[in-house]
Amino acid sequence: MDPLLALATVLPLLMAASISALNIVLRGQRRVLDAAAIVTGAAVAAILAVITVRTTGGDEVYWFAGFRPSHGIAIGIDFAVGPLSAGLACLAAVLVAAAMIFSWRYFERVATYYHVLMLTFLAGMVGFCLTGDIFDLFVWFELMGVSAYALTAYRPEERGSLQGALNFAITNSVGAYLSLAGIGIIYGRTGALNMAQIGRHIARSGPDRLVVVAFVLIITGFLIKGAIVPFHFWLADAHAVAPTPVCVLLSGVMVELGLYGIARVYWSMFGYSLGHRAVITGTFLTLGLLTAVVGALFCFRERHLKRLLAFSTISHAGMFLSGIALLTPLGLAGPAISVAGHALVKAALFLCVGIVLHRLGSVNETWLHGRGRRLRVTGVVFTLAALGLADLPPFATFRGKGLIEATGSSHGMALISAVFIVCSVLVGAAVLRVAGGVFYGLGDPPSEDPQMAAEASEETSETDEAKQRTPLTMIVPAAVLALGGLAAGLLPGLGSAVQAAAMRFQDQAAYNATVLSGAHVAHPSAVFPPEPTGITATDLATGLGSVAVALLLAFLALYWQRLPLLRRGFEPGTGLVQPIRRFQSGVVNDYVTWIVIGVACVGGALAFTIR
Amino acid sequence: MQFFPFAVMAWILAVGLYGIVTSRHLVHQIVCLIVVQSSTYVLLLGVGYRRGAAAPYFYDIPVHTPAVDPVVQALALTDVVVEAAVTALLLAFAIQAQKRFGTLDPQELVQFKG
Repeated sequence: MDPLLALATVLPLLMAASISALNIVLRGQRRVLDAAAIVTGAAVAAILAVITVRTTGGDEVYWFAGFRPSHGIAIGIDFAVGPLSAGLACLAAVLVAAAMIFSWRYFERVATYYHVLMLTFLAGMVGFCLTGDIFDLFVWFELMGVSAYALTAYRPEERGSLQGALNFAITNSVGAYLSLAGIGIIYGRTGALNMAQIGRHIARSGPDRLVVVAFVLIITGFLIKGAIVPFHFWLADAHAVAPTPVCVLLSGVMVELGLYGIARVYWSMFGYSLGHRAVITGTFLTLGLLTAVVGALFCFRERHLKRLLAFSTISHAGMFLSGIALLTPLGLAGPAISVAGHALVKAALFLCVGIVLHRLGSVNETWLHGRGRRLRVTGVVFTLAALGLADLPPFATFRGKGLIEATGSSHGMALISAVFIVCSVLVGAAVLRVAGGVFYGLGDPPSEDPQMAAEASEETSETDEAKQRTPLTMIVPAAVLALGGLAAGLLPGLGSAVQAAAMRFQDQAAYNATVLSGAHVAHPSAVFPPEPTGITATDLATGLGSVAVALLLAFLALYWQRLPLLRRGFEPGTGLVQPIRRFQSGVVNDYVTWIVIGVACVGGALAFTIR
Repeated sequence: MQFFPFAVMAWILAVGLYGIVTSRHLVHQIVCLIVVQSSTYVLLLGVGYRRGAAAPYFYDIPVHTPAVDPVVQALALTDVVVEAAVTALLLAFAIQAQKRFGTLDPQELVQFKG
């Protein structure tokens, strides 16, 4: 019973409410608002870091207003926190603090509601990670959703902003309501809203078709938030138009929270009783690998820098889901490490793109070619983060991906490694091509795609005019985050610590005992049988090899026009992606159609095999 | 639990989704989203309903009187609050679209595709 857990959500909410209430006094006092938001973000990050370290000894539960469960029946609402959930929430808070520092000089003028929305967004993300109540999960989900929709449309002057925000809001709301329908069904079936109690009830009475339907409906909302094919279309539209500091949060942590939601719901309520692990692994692995490939292909052909990074997020989300789908502790530890590494380098990349936009007034790779040479420090930071995104050893992204691949291989699924390498190479090549072309002027400007040019010409700068200097408040957060991604991969003992946490995360009986009986269940200190968490020479060689191939591919792309021999037969417009490009139509009606088709397919696959 | 409320819920959900998919007008589309959400109210209240039970106010009735489930009513109420926030925000976007671009057709707002 430690109020510190509650404080992590109460603090940002209280600050947001105070800022709104004092709007009249604080108007024009921009620095006060900026400082308040930065301090709040940093304080929440510190609180959650303490909780993360503390919960490595055993999960903690906080019952609001002291309504503890009696005889195994939960009366109140709880936060049930383990190291994985607290760590993810901490990551969100770190990114909010970094984004607010970046905003210090980024916007010429900024409205009060920007700070308020960032803080409610933070509260929503933290609450979503910590809660142990299924209905509260929905409420926090909607809180972070609504804040994110509003932040995406922060500059409604552009057609694309409204398109992106509307597509984002409508698809994600449909998903949230389907989740709520699932929650209603599960409540009708079990009479409980506490996840531990629901899990215990289903385990006793056995799962039936209705429970499967509820499971599919609940995770639909999270699959949409997690940008899994075919639910992913909204993401690129929203990320292309959101202000850069908001993109950091959307891409760095919000998408991953959707996947966390799937893991939380599965392992606290359904995992034990649903059975049919092969079917569940098969379904989600298919979705994950498909997402990874689609995201990587779209990423490689994109010239709009923010959209390029958005598609790489889709590709990575697919990799994370593939790891979760393996349903083993090592399989979950992989995405956990990868998410942290990815969030740090992706945030750094977005901040660098923000600096480019601030200094040069464009995010069009074709136009920017060679124009970024003046931005030396930004170029170095971007290249470093790009190498991290390409899974260069020893970045955390590399270590996490290695764990997923190792688990896949040990389960006879070598296909995973093959797909992952292809995706890493494509995504890495895309960002390294940008680094080489924009910041070092290598190769030729890519040929102008008329549609891209039309999109980019409407892009107006988020700051009023091109600036002569890069403020320290913009470059320092980017550099720190990129180096953080590198440092996280160098932490000794990280693999086994996260694996122990993942093992505990998947232990439904221990979760039940902790929440409903108040028992203290110590985390497994050693994993039996010990699975390899270290880095072998083969892993290292594969990692370095894939980065080398990515570099080669990036150079090929940059010098493409000087290679007539290779170009023959690969004229623009005949690429692999061309046939599926039209699915990304930009119209929300089509996206919702895809959601319905996707739910029918996933639901069908599970409902007819699990009975 | 009876079958009928859930059939109604499924019907409302299907109608709402059909509306969102086929709509060419933002305000219409947003109202269809409200229809989708309304299906969850029917579901929640249907789950908690008991035939012949009283409303869950134990003010002037004996404590052991059968009552309908108050929890789902609290959930539905929270759901209404969420809906109010989402709808207000979406309608604000629609107003911006009409003001700045003179259109409420989602297809004409498209800047990014492919």
